[in-house]
Amino acid sequence: MIRYAMVIDTKLCIGCGDCVVACKTENKVPAGLNRDWVVEATTGTYPDLKTEFRSERCNHCTKPTCLYACPTGATYRWAGTNIVLVDPDKCTGCGACIAACPYDARFVMPEGYVSKCTFCHHRVDKGLDPACVSSCPTRCMHFGVLNDPNSKVSKLLASRPHKALLTETGNEPQVYYLI
Amino acid sequence: MREEILTTVRANPKVDPHVATWGWQVIADLFLVGLTAGALIFTALVILGRREDQYGFTARRLPLVGLISIGLAMTFLFLKLTHKIVFWRFFGDFVPTAVMSWGAWLLQLVIAAILLLTLQGLRSGYPGLAGPLEKFRIGTLALNFAERYRRAVAWAGVVLGVIIAFYTGTMMSSLDARPFGSSGLMAPLFLASGLATAAAVVMIGTRSAEERLLFSRILFGAMAFKVLLLALTLASLANGSRVQIESVQMVFGGDYTRLFWLFFVIPGLLVPLVIEALRLRGKRSGWMIASPVLAIYGAYMLRQLVIEIGQVSGYVHYVNTYNPALLDLLR
Repeated sequence: MIRYAMVIDTKLCIGCGDCVVACKTENKVPAGLNRDWVVEATTGTYPDLKTEFRSERCNHCTKPTCLYACPTGATYRWAGTNIVLVDPDKCTGCGACIAACPYDARFVMPEGYVSKCTFCHHRVDKGLDPACVSSCPTRCMHFGVLNDPNSKVSKLLASRPHKALLTETGNEPQVYYLI
Repeated sequence: MREEILTTVRANPKVDPHVATWGWQVIADLFLVGLTAGALIFTALVILGRREDQYGFTARRLPLVGLISIGLAMTFLFLKLTHKIVFWRFFGDFVPTAVMSWGAWLLQLVIAAILLLTLQGLRSGYPGLAGPLEKFRIGTLALNFAERYRRAVAWAGVVLGVIIAFYTGTMMSSLDARPFGSSGLMAPLFLASGLATAAAVVMIGTRSAEERLLFSRILFGAMAFKVLLLALTLASLANGSRVQIESVQMVFGGDYTRLFWLFFVIPGLLVPLVIEALRLRGKRSGWMIASPVLAIYGAYMLRQLVIEIGQVSGYVHYVNTYNPALLDLLR
């Protein structure tokens, strides 16, 4: 399986939200719905506080519980990769995938089928980065193939401490955060 | 201290502020499927034990209750779908990892079994319905077929009833992302609940004192088993992972404490249990009809709370100060 991953440098992210706007623009996400979002996480005890900005989305897990839970096969992996997509013609809107996702990354479109971040697979297919990665003003977001040890994402993960979200679920998320 | 705040808007309907994708339609569906499972099992056991004359309501009239129940359940499930036009896709594929896919296919077998069990008891249980059916040759053939093969169907009915009742519990326990419902004990708990519901229906519907007494014992046993399984489920969650502990705290001091104990455990489990215990000790009184009614109420509340608290519980809890009404002001 070709493993695409997104690596986000939390030391550079300023929480501007450009990634969110870029995603809505590129994918024509209806008003009131969001495929990605930014979280400000504050930890510690005053005055020793740390703040981290995280741009979050579907993690395109290599063990996606949403795919396993889908009863119609509407959720599938795109072109032998880990990019998880939803086929609107097969999605009945039963909501099993929404309940199965630990990241609450999915939502129901006005037309009734489920939608979420697609890693802008239509851009990836042309060799481009997802819209959020391309638009980031601090260039803190990176995208690439993890199977390739010489890719930017592989090198970043090899050289910097990093984390992924909710790894305890066993989903093997492919969005990493440099810490 | 750890605080996570959404700095950009996220107000996806039925996901924010917490997942609420499954509403009353799914709750009613699980309740009615449980009732059908119980009806299937009891009718089948009475037929296999050759006690149709002794327990006539269970053998001949209960299956129709199960058939109506499963019909309503399927209707509610269809109503829940947000993309109804492709509902037939449930039968376009079989996904072995998806519990709902198993359910979609198994329910067809369950519908067939409960229909045949209904038909086998129609002539003696509901002669007013059998009469019009027998005016058509195919109706007579169907009734004769169901009566001839009722023992074989009963064998299948017992197995299907247990499996489909397990399925309703497994639907929740398979969702690791929803910690409150993610316990292996959900399947037997929902089976016990389905049996209790069907037993309660028999107690309300039958005119036979002997049948009522038998199902009083069954109801007592099923309710006692439910209480035990519920206690074990809460105990296992309380000793589980961080998210499971947080989820069970919702009923121990959290937002759902009052609802869980005052509106479910006490009236839906403990009160019917006590009433049935009194009945089994020989006490008879008209007000005791409250017991099966409360048992049915308790079965519905069990599903309501498992679905609702299950969806509220989760791995992510962001502070979300966005007010969706603001969007309407901008339009």
